[in-house]
Amino acid sequence: MLRRRRKPDALQGTLDLLVLKTLSRGPQHGYGIAAHVESISGDILRVEEGSLYPALHRMEHLGWIAADWQTTANNRRARIYKLTRAGLKRLDEEELRWERLTKGVGKVLRFA
Amino acid sequence: MGWIRRLRNTFASAEGDFDEERRFHIAERTDDYVRRGMAPEAARRAALARFGAVTLAKERTGDADMFRWIDDIRRDAAYALRMLRRNPGFSLLATLCLTLGIGANAAVFSWIEGILLRPYPLVVDQDRLVAVTGTNRGARPDRDDVSWPDWIDLQRSSTLADAFIAEKITGTTLSVGDRAERATGSMVSANYFDAIGVRPILGRGFDAGEDSGRNAHPVAVISYETWQNRFRGDPDVVGKTQVLAGLPHTIVGVAPKGFYGTFVGYAFQFWVPASMQGQFDAGVYKLEDRGARWIEGYLRLKPGVTIEQAQAEMSSIAARLEAEYPETNRGRGVRLYPLWQTPFNNAAALLPTLGVALVVVVAVLLIACANVGNLLLLRGFARQQEMTIRLSLGVGRARLVRQLMTEGLILAAIAAAGGLVVARWLRDALALLTPPRGGVLLRLPGEIDWRVIAASAALCVVSTMLFALAPAMIASNVDLAGALKAEAGVGGGHRSAWIRSTLVLVQMALSFVLLVGGALLIESLLAVRAASPGFSTDGVLTTSVDLFTAGYQPQRAKVFQDALIDRLQTLAGVESAAFSRMTPFSYRSYGTAPIAVDGYDAPPDRQPTADYNEIGPAFLATLGIPLVSGREFTRADDEAAPLVAVVDETMAAQFWRGLDPVGRRVQVRGRWMTIVGVARTARYRNLLETPSPFFYVPLRQNFSAVAALQIRTRQSAASLRPALVREIHALDPNIAPSELISMREQVERTTAAQRISVTILVVFGAIAVMLAAVGLYGVMAATVSQRARELALRMALGARAEDLVTLVLSKALALTAAGMIIGIAAALLVTRLLGYLLYRVSPRDPRAFASAAIVIGAASLVACFVPAWRASRTDPLRALRG
Repeated sequence: MLRRRRKPDALQGTLDLLVLKTLSRGPQHGYGIAAHVESISGDILRVEEGSLYPALHRMEHLGWIAADWQTTANNRRARIYKLTRAGLKRLDEEELRWERLTKGVGKVLRFA
Repeated sequence: MGWIRRLRNTFASAEGDFDEERRFHIAERTDDYVRRGMAPEAARRAALARFGAVTLAKERTGDADMFRWIDDIRRDAAYALRMLRRNPGFSLLATLCLTLGIGANAAVFSWIEGILLRPYPLVVDQDRLVAVTGTNRGARPDRDDVSWPDWIDLQRSSTLADAFIAEKITGTTLSVGDRAERATGSMVSANYFDAIGVRPILGRGFDAGEDSGRNAHPVAVISYETWQNRFRGDPDVVGKTQVLAGLPHTIVGVAPKGFYGTFVGYAFQFWVPASMQGQFDAGVYKLEDRGARWIEGYLRLKPGVTIEQAQAEMSSIAARLEAEYPETNRGRGVRLYPLWQTPFNNAAALLPTLGVALVVVVAVLLIACANVGNLLLLRGFARQQEMTIRLSLGVGRARLVRQLMTEGLILAAIAAAGGLVVARWLRDALALLTPPRGGVLLRLPGEIDWRVIAASAALCVVSTMLFALAPAMIASNVDLAGALKAEAGVGGGHRSAWIRSTLVLVQMALSFVLLVGGALLIESLLAVRAASPGFSTDGVLTTSVDLFTAGYQPQRAKVFQDALIDRLQTLAGVESAAFSRMTPFSYRSYGTAPIAVDGYDAPPDRQPTADYNEIGPAFLATLGIPLVSGREFTRADDEAAPLVAVVDETMAAQFWRGLDPVGRRVQVRGRWMTIVGVARTARYRNLLETPSPFFYVPLRQNFSAVAALQIRTRQSAASLRPALVREIHALDPNIAPSELISMREQVERTTAAQRISVTILVVFGAIAVMLAAVGLYGVMAATVSQRARELALRMALGARAEDLVTLVLSKALALTAAGMIIGIAAALLVTRLLGYLLYRVSPRDPRAFASAAIVIGAASLVACFVPAWRASRTDPLRALRG
């Protein structure tokens, strides 16, 4: 069961953080999440579909987010994701981690 | 609980869900692009392109999908085949190693299947057959046969068996046309063919009742081969008469092709009903004698009955018979054996041999797996770049491991197919290794059925796990950052170097154990050859003359025997000659008689017995068995003279406790005989038997017209044979002796099990050492190329070529020595398993261990010669620059 042993690397953790943060504003479908991240970051961050959907499915498996099929305003069937209680807790942890990481990196950059 | 979700995903078709999600995503993106001013068609294309690595994304979510999984396997297999084709050298070497390993296992499996587990082709329900013998509490070994009346009573009282199949191996001269040859067959109960489910292709089997009445039913069924070879496939053979054992028999049936009877090792040529027993045992009728034990048979248990339940029932019936017939059945019981432990045919002799063979081939397979594992590791480094690229492309590590395992499995599958071909070639190897016996058709086939194929397939999976898993884990664990550095690519990391050394250690240790086993068995075989059976093996020839089948009445036979001895003794170079009913080390069994001695009281539940041989005058002198006191028989000890006997030292010690028994008397089957001599104890059946009481009676007073003939002479069998035939023909031109062989040959035929074991261990030991040497070579060669820079640096700093050679050799020898130490420890633990195959050799014999060490050491030196030489030729400049 190699899957379980796989450790989340820094990049993956970042995508998780962005997704969780976006969903903390309210339920959203995959495209909405990607569009939100891209527009808020001013197109600096580009979410690859090839990373986004596996991440969504993974987080769903882990129970951080939940999903169900709904019909959107323009009458399309979309899979809407929303944050769970566990996901909310995870979001806090990830935010904390991210702050520590950027602080650390910042220090190093200033020092060198 | 991930697996539950996984399963639910599978059935809810996660793939469909994801496709729908993807369609939605692309539609939204297209709308977005259109809003930004793109033409709808262009927008859709851009959105599709933007979704980009769609297969990659699918591959990751698809981990949860069974169908995808199967599809992956197909793609993995195609990819693996491409990789194997691209590296033909590697593929060939790996396949060869594995074919050897799996083939050896498949061969031994097929022998075990064909000889021990399902030995009898065409016989139905072999799973429910168990072998039956009698037991005798007083005797060592305590195994005996079963008498016909006991057999009938067992059959009547049994509720747990649905068939009782009695049989006894027998032989006769079969003369058809002008060709006369010994033929082996069986006396069977009348239900024989019905009970084993074999239908004769011509005529019939035996009818109920044909197994009763003294010589009342002279009918015979012949084997398909006998019908083809001896009767030229005559379609009208049923109903013809054929003389068997001196009496015309009517051929009533022809057995189907591929049926050889129910006796492991021999192919029977004819079957007669048990009623003909007296005729085939030279006139000694045993059918109504509860004390005459001669039947070896089988039970077929009813479905669901265990052998323990049946044993309990048989024992209670036997106890009842013991109470009912104390004078014949005191101390007598019945014992059941699973078919593969059948004690009365060649299964008993081959069981330990095949056990050893199984251990040996498993060791060879392990060594082969270690080699292939090493090869895969080496190739893993060459493929590191490929792995790195695939990993960074986002292929999961699990997928990579699976990919490498698939490659391994394909290798193993090819090897398993090759292995089955090897097993087929080796099908008759055991029969070829077994010495021939006159008049017996040997049959020791390997049987390749679905069970053997299934076992080989299982082996193929297990060995893949063994050789491919570790390399796959290492290769998939490529350190992405480290792999970018130039050096990492050459020889692999420390971990894999460590694993490769461990593999070589294992190989060295295993081959050491095999070599020790081989050396022990060789020593044992030499000891067996050097052992004295208690009679002369050189200068004594033996044959047999069957006057009974030729129709001689006892009186005429006695005259013939005396006349022949007289004629032989006048021949140049012949010192003496003697007839006897049995010759030592025959596969037939001696007579056994209950005995009583004045002043010797047996324990109440035991009946003392002893085996005996009926011998002519000068038999002991001819065979070179010394007399301790008294005399041996002369021609004066005939029917008219008082009954006499000669006992051996073991019997004298047991029944007279150190007193000289000469002049005392012994009661044999109720007849009192005077003891006239004591002979030194000899071996009577094989070299490994434990001494038990044995005595001799004069052939004249206990006559048999089928007799062995022993001749003491300086001539060889080949040079004496014409003279022997001439003298016999001078007395009766219709009589021919059977094969004439030396007693040495006769003794060696009983050591077949040892010889087969030696051959198997030596052949596989040699293969094992070769494979281990290849493994060591691989590791050393990799070490040298891996450390090329270091070696070059040392050379540049002034090291001489010898120093570099020493460096390489010391590492190789350290590996070898460590492997040997493990091997010694392992060998000390396992050589005891050779047990019965070892004769007068300790399982810890230092000479065997020393010779194994020498062979391994020499092989290691050869294996690291080339790497060491290459190290000494290191060109400092080139190596440092490269």
